[in-house]
Order: sequence, then structure tokens, then C-alpha cells
Amino acid sequence: MAKRHFVPKAGVEYTKADFTSDQMVKWCPGCGDHAILSSLLSTFPKTGHKKENICMVSGIGCSSRIPYYVDTYGFHSIHGRACAIATGVKLANPELSVWVNMGDGDSMAIGGNHLIHAVRRNQDFNITIFNNEIYGLTKGQYSPTTKFGQVTKTSPFGTIDYPFNPGELVMGAQGTFFARSLDCVPALTSQVMEAAAKHDGTSVVEVLQNCMIFNDKTHAAITDRAVRDDRTIVLENGKPMIFGKEKNKGIRFNGRCLEAVTIGENGITMDDIMIHHEDTEDTGIHMMLARMSGDLPVALGVIRNVEKPSYTELYENQMDECKANCKYKCVDDLLNSGDTWEV
Amino acid sequence: MSKEQIVNKDDLVVRFAGDSGDGMQLSGTLFSDASALTGNDIATFPDYPAEIRAPHNTIAGVSGYQVHVGNHIYSSGDKCDILVAMNPASFKSNLKWAKKGASVIVDIDTFTDEAMEKAGYKENPFTDEMERAYTIIKAPISSFTARIGQEQGADKKTADKCRNMFALGIIFFMTHKKLDQTFAYLERKFAKKPDVIKLNKAVLSEGYEYADKLEVIHSHIFEVAHAEMPKGRYRNITGNVATAWGLLAASERSGRRLFLGSYPITPATDVMVELSKHKGLGARVFQAEDEIAGVCSAIGASYAGALACTSTSGPGLSLKSEALGLAVMTELPLVVVDVQRGGPSTGLPTKTEQSDLNQALYGRNGEAPLIVVAASSSANCFYWAYTAAKLALEHMTPVILLTDGYLGNGSQLFRIPKVADLPSITPRLAKPNDPDYRPFRRDPETFAREWALPGMEGLRHRVGGLEKCPDGPLSTDPENHALMTYNRQEKVNRVANYIPEQEVTGNPDADLLVVGWGGTAGAITLAVEELNNEGKKVAYTHFNYICPLPKNTGDILRKYKKIVVCELNNGQFAGYLRTQFPECPMQQYNKIMGLPFEVGELKECFTKILGE
Repeated sequence: MAKRHFVPKAGVEYTKADFTSDQMVKWCPGCGDHAILSSLLSTFPKTGHKKENICMVSGIGCSSRIPYYVDTYGFHSIHGRACAIATGVKLANPELSVWVNMGDGDSMAIGGNHLIHAVRRNQDFNITIFNNEIYGLTKGQYSPTTKFGQVTKTSPFGTIDYPFNPGELVMGAQGTFFARSLDCVPALTSQVMEAAAKHDGTSVVEVLQNCMIFNDKTHAAITDRAVRDDRTIVLENGKPMIFGKEKNKGIRFNGRCLEAVTIGENGITMDDIMIHHEDTEDTGIHMMLARMSGDLPVALGVIRNVEKPSYTELYENQMDECKANCKYKCVDDLLNSGDTWEV
Repeated sequence: MSKEQIVNKDDLVVRFAGDSGDGMQLSGTLFSDASALTGNDIATFPDYPAEIRAPHNTIAGVSGYQVHVGNHIYSSGDKCDILVAMNPASFKSNLKWAKKGASVIVDIDTFTDEAMEKAGYKENPFTDEMERAYTIIKAPISSFTARIGQEQGADKKTADKCRNMFALGIIFFMTHKKLDQTFAYLERKFAKKPDVIKLNKAVLSEGYEYADKLEVIHSHIFEVAHAEMPKGRYRNITGNVATAWGLLAASERSGRRLFLGSYPITPATDVMVELSKHKGLGARVFQAEDEIAGVCSAIGASYAGALACTSTSGPGLSLKSEALGLAVMTELPLVVVDVQRGGPSTGLPTKTEQSDLNQALYGRNGEAPLIVVAASSSANCFYWAYTAAKLALEHMTPVILLTDGYLGNGSQLFRIPKVADLPSITPRLAKPNDPDYRPFRRDPETFAREWALPGMEGLRHRVGGLEKCPDGPLSTDPENHALMTYNRQEKVNRVANYIPEQEVTGNPDADLLVVGWGGTAGAITLAVEELNNEGKKVAYTHFNYICPLPKNTGDILRKYKKIVVCELNNGQFAGYLRTQFPECPMQQYNKIMGLPFEVGELKECFTKILGE
């Protein structure tokens, strides 16, 4: 069956300003959320979707305030439930372009169940996870992504919780799209959000975001300008996995695991460097890429982008088929079906 | 067979009991369907364990199905006139449901030493005293069925599955009914398995003929009076199916897509199972990952413009509490069906109770009023589901519909309405590009806000759990919170202007007023009717609109010297009434046994109060 698209296109060209709401943005000055909002606002015009058909859904947390700052329809719901609410929005009206925004606690602690099930079903909406590795709105408790051993208000002796890596959750739940960006690189954030919008099915974009009040510089080890090029790699589909200030480092698979190598050293040539294929169906390599840290650069860009019929498409196809084959034209037919008799 | 042998009766109760998997639910359904088709009024009540297949031949594994047939049936009946017990365990656990003098049919082949020991019998279960109290028919059901199976070349397992047909054949003979109806059913059900049809038919006929040959049975043939019912087309329906169909009708009549987001839970699952069959009629069913996702997906669907529903039972309603507060705050239409069961916690999953009332009324944080209505018969679940949807869509609020396991699984005759004859439903949709649209602008009469759907031009707005001001933006202003709290309450209070007045039945001039609500109407109606027929004076009022109450509730309650509130909980509705009408002294009759009321116990209670 041919691929179906449900969200109507706008007849007009929008600009970022068309999506900027009149509400005062109330995040702390310097918060990474400002940059993510800006990236999101500049993504909408590129989707070409009708403004009235865009619906923002969020849970609770600093990031979940976003619907107020976007001039579309929006639902600022309750803690952890954004994916469940978005599921209903999209099922009730597949013509809506649905965007879900969540923090790390919202999406992976209280809302963890809804996240993995949305991803498993390949629900057709776009999820952005603002990952600052802390509960900010409640003022600094450790979250499911806080680094092991970190001292926070509720872990004064260091956490003994092993953290989640959102990418691994997405792959584990058979996700079809996962990308990662940094709040301090808005152009990359916009770029992956645009790819996410084009993807049919659940897209998950993780943005490593800085909370300067309660977890300042948590991502500094990879985001600082001095080290960023050596500590991160921006993956591009069909291109070799090259990184580093000098563009002379690469990722190779040594038969057992991924390793970072320097081209020209120890006999390493470009031929040893892996090519990124975002559309490989098997999650194995994507899982390894999403997990890279420590000696390996943190992977950014679109890590996984696989085609698979979305829940929306499967659902609408089934609805159409059932309607076409239904023996009842209306509820009266149903009420009078089977064994009935006249008195 | 001569006419003199037939006992004419206004009503008859038959109870089928056996091991889970013995097909007792099916025997009961086939008997009730055949009775309905031959002109009886009916009500049924399945009584089954939580275990799908508990250990064979144990008391824990006994499954029962009671059928009440007659000329005017309100409930599934107290005790039975005929009991079928397919093994020692079902005989032991169900004999207490048989009237003194009842006919009891047992499969005597199953009364082996081992099975009797498993059932807890130390000696012969058929004592002389018991034989005097009941007519016990020891039918060799297993061996007869096995013989027919052998003759037809069926394996033992297949033949064993037909034992229920033998028992059903006996019952058909005893109730003076023909087999055609059931033959037709078997032909439909096993259309692709002619061997199975042949075997089942043969066993059913053999049971019928066996009964004909038994002298003792000839003095126990019952002719049950035909029902005098209003003209119309009828069908048999369970409460859960009626609920599902009521929602479908409301969707069609309101022009809003039907969405159901639910998670499987006993005894509510069949509402979702039924709607899942009707995608062809536009039912958008979503089986969620948990109860919370069930209600949250429904709230999302409501925001997007659907007639959104979620179905659950007690523990599930607890899980949905926070989301219900969100629906109250966002003032979105939502229907929550709670098929109540015994609680708290997992409680008695397969047994009935009315103990979720307080949870429905008060189980949310903050001041979070919503509408609560309750169905009072299996068949009228259709109308109450429809009404719940109408109130939700017209008053822009969540509505909790309380049914219960007894109504949901029980069945009754349903007079089929025409959808066009049902009350109209007018959702409060906003007009696209209305320059004056404000998210919380209210209708001056109902206080309901307007519903602006994503996709509509010129009405972009945000909703959410945070307090808003009438124009839409967030507000933490103290006066605004007081105003919005008042408005949300007033909106629910004003529903009382749109519902009918409460009625009193029985003898309105009595000293005693019996008060009931929800699924207990059948037994209470009969108890009150019988007492009035016996010359006593009893008035009765039964509530379906729980919150808000009909406007004349206080006037009714204040008229009576004595009031007794009957409910299957510890007095939740009585407590609710007392807070609103403290001037009215109320007695209580409560039952918390996971079982419906019996007419006998109610009559005893009312008679005692009358004599005080």
C-alpha cells in the first residue's frame, strides 16, 4: 500500500515569527531551553504544515512550559503523561502534527512507561527530550540520567543509581528515529528536528541541555568549545565517521567493539573508518553509536532513521478497511443484528 | 406427556454450576436466549472465579450462571428452582443457592472418591435429610456423553466438552422448551465443523430424551408464564455490551468520533472488547499500556475533538485520579465508565459491589467536581452511557458512569430503540475565526465553556493543568482562582436544571421510604412490590443521577418519617445524602459480600423497620 500522509500543507510560507507566541518566556536567563525553543520555532516553517494543525503536548517540568511560547494549539498536561495524551490527540485526528516536549525526569522516570510504548508502537509524533540530568523545577534532585555518583540535594553522598541513556531506551523499544544535539549548537538542533518532522513514526530528539542553576556544566566535558570537536562526532548519513579538530580521527569497528582511531597512525587509513548508515534496520550498530562516551566521542546528529509503517498509518488503513467491509451502515443496524424478535 | 404433569409458574430460576471450563456460562446463555425467544422476560447473572482454570474439581474452580425467566423479571433471582451441578465441588458450593424442594441435577459419574475428597466430602454427600429436602436427580451425564462420543468417533476430550449439552437437554425438557433454537445456534457457531455440530446436537437430544424417560422428572415440568412487555423489537444484552453500544449511539448522534482508551481489567474489559469489534462503525479503540495512559489518551482525544471515553474498574479508577483532575481543570468532555467490583485494592475482581461511589465523587486532589451517574439495569446501561456522553459533550465536563460487575456481566431483555428517537446531543463547538473566542468564556446558563479543536482556524489556544483566567492565559491571582473554582462547581451544579426530577414508586403515601441507587434496582423493586402487595405500605425512590442530585431530592426525603438507604457498600450514598440533607434521619441496609441483594433479605429488613 502506498505511503499515506495525513497532515495538510499550509498554502502560505511561514517564518519563525509566525510561531512565536505573545507569552513572556519565564525560563532562567542563560537556560539551554531558550536555544531549543528557538531551534523549534525555526523548524516549523520548514515542515510546511498548516499552523492550525500543529499541536504541542508537554508534561510537567521547566521544558514542559514550551506550549505557552509557541503560537499553535498546545496542551500543558501532567507529569510524565505527554506521550499518552499525544497518542490520543493523534488518534482522534491524524491530520494534526503533534510535538511532544519532555525533560529527562518527565520522560524517563514518571513517564518512562509511556515513552517506551509510544516508541514501540511507532506513534506518529515528534518527541524532544531536554536532557539536563537533573530535576530543575523542583530545585535540584537527581534524575534518571544524572551521572553515577553525583551529589545532588537528594543524593548528598552521591547517587548509587545507574543512569539511563535515552538512545538505548529508544533502540531497545524498536525505535525508528533517534537523533542527538546540543543546546549550544542550535543549527544542528534545527537540522535534526527537521529530519525528525519528516520521519513517519515516533522520532526522538535528545538535546543535551544545560541547567545553569542546578546542574551547571553537566555536559561541559563534551560541549566546551575547547574540547567539543574532539569529544563529539556529528554523524552524517552515508559519510565516514570522522571527527576531531583536525578532522583526522575516526570510528572503526575492531571486530569486538567500536574504537576511536587516528588516521595515519598505526597504519589506519580512511578505509578502516566506518560509514554511517542511519537506515540500517538492525539496531546493533545504532545502539553502540548512541552509547559512545568516555574514550569515544558522543554521537550527535541523526543516529537512526528507519522506515517502518507508523501506528497512524496502520490504524487509518485498518479503520478504512473495516469501514469498507462493515455489515452495519449505522448503529441502528448493529442494535438490530443477531437474534432479535418482535413482541 | 399429559398436561396434568406441568407446573405453571410466574417465574423460574435455574442455576448452572460446574468446573471452570465445563461450559456453564454457555449453557446458561443458551437457556436464557431460548427462553427469551419463546416469550419469557429474562435476567442472568454469571458467578465465576477470578482464576481462568483453577485446579480441576476444587471449590475454587466452580463457575456458575444463574438464569431467571418469567413474565416480569427485575433481577436474576435469589435462590434457584433447578440447580445443575456438574461435579461434587459445584454441588457442595451451590446447594446453598437452591430453594428447599428444588430439583437438583448432578452428574453422578463425577462423584468419584477422589473428586469427593477434593471437594471436601468425607462421606456420602447425599444424606437422607438432603434427599428429603430436594429432588436430587443423579444423571449419568459423563458416561452417556462418552458413549455418544464413541459412537461418533469423537476423541474423549471433544466428547467431554459436550457434557454441558446433556445437562441443557434435561433443563429444556423440564422447562417444556424445544431444541430448535439451540440447534440453530450450534449450526451457526460451528459452521465449519460439521462433526462438532452433529455431536453437540446428539448429546443435547440424548439429555432431553433421558429426562423424558425419568419418571421423577415428569412431576417437575415447569411452564413459565410469558412476559407481558411493551410492543417493540427485543434482544438479549449484557450491561457491558449495552454500555459500549450506548457510546456508539452517542457518537453517531453527536457527530463526534468515538474514542476509547482503556486497559484490560475485570469486570470492565468487555466494554473495550465490544467496541474493538466496531471500527467499521468508526469506534477508535486504543488498548493503552496502563490505566493512566488509557485515560490520558482519552483526554488527548477529547482535546482533539472526539467523544472520548475510558472504561475501567475500581483499582483502575484510582490510577486515573490525577488525570481526571486534569480533565476537570481543562474542562474537556470525557466519559469514564467504572464497572465496580469488590474492593479495596484487588479485592474481589469478579464479584459485584457499589463501593467506588466515594472515589467517583471525591477521589481527586483539589476542588474537582464532576458529574456522576449510575445505571440501574443491564439493559439501561445503554441509556446511561448515552446520557453520560450527552452530559459530557453539552456541559464540557468529565462524567463518571458507575455500573457494576452484576450489571456488566448480567444480561436482560432490551427493547431496541431507534437512534433517531434518542435525545439530541449538541456539542458546544466553537466557531472558527470567532474573534471573541476565549478558552474559558462560558455559556451564561450552563456555565459550559466552548470547545475549540486543534485544526480550527483562528482559535489557537493552550490548555493545561495550571489554573487559567477566563481569557485563557495562566493566572495565580487569588481572586481568579476563587472565581474559576466557583465556576467549575457551578457548572456541575447547574446540570440539575437539565435532568428530570426524582420519582417515587411503590406506595408514595407510605411511612417508609426505601432509597437505592445504581445496580440494585431489580431486587429492591421486587421487594417493595411484594410488600405493597402483601398490604404493607412502602415507598421507593431509586437514584441514577448521583452528582448533581435531582432538584427535588430534599423535598422527597423530607416527606417520610422513616428512610432506609440500601446499598452494596458500607453506607457511602447514605453518607453523601446526610451531608446534603442533615435534617433527614436515615437508616442503612448494607451488604458487602460481593453479591447482589436478595429480595428476601430486603423484605425482612423493611418489615422490621416498619414494625419499629
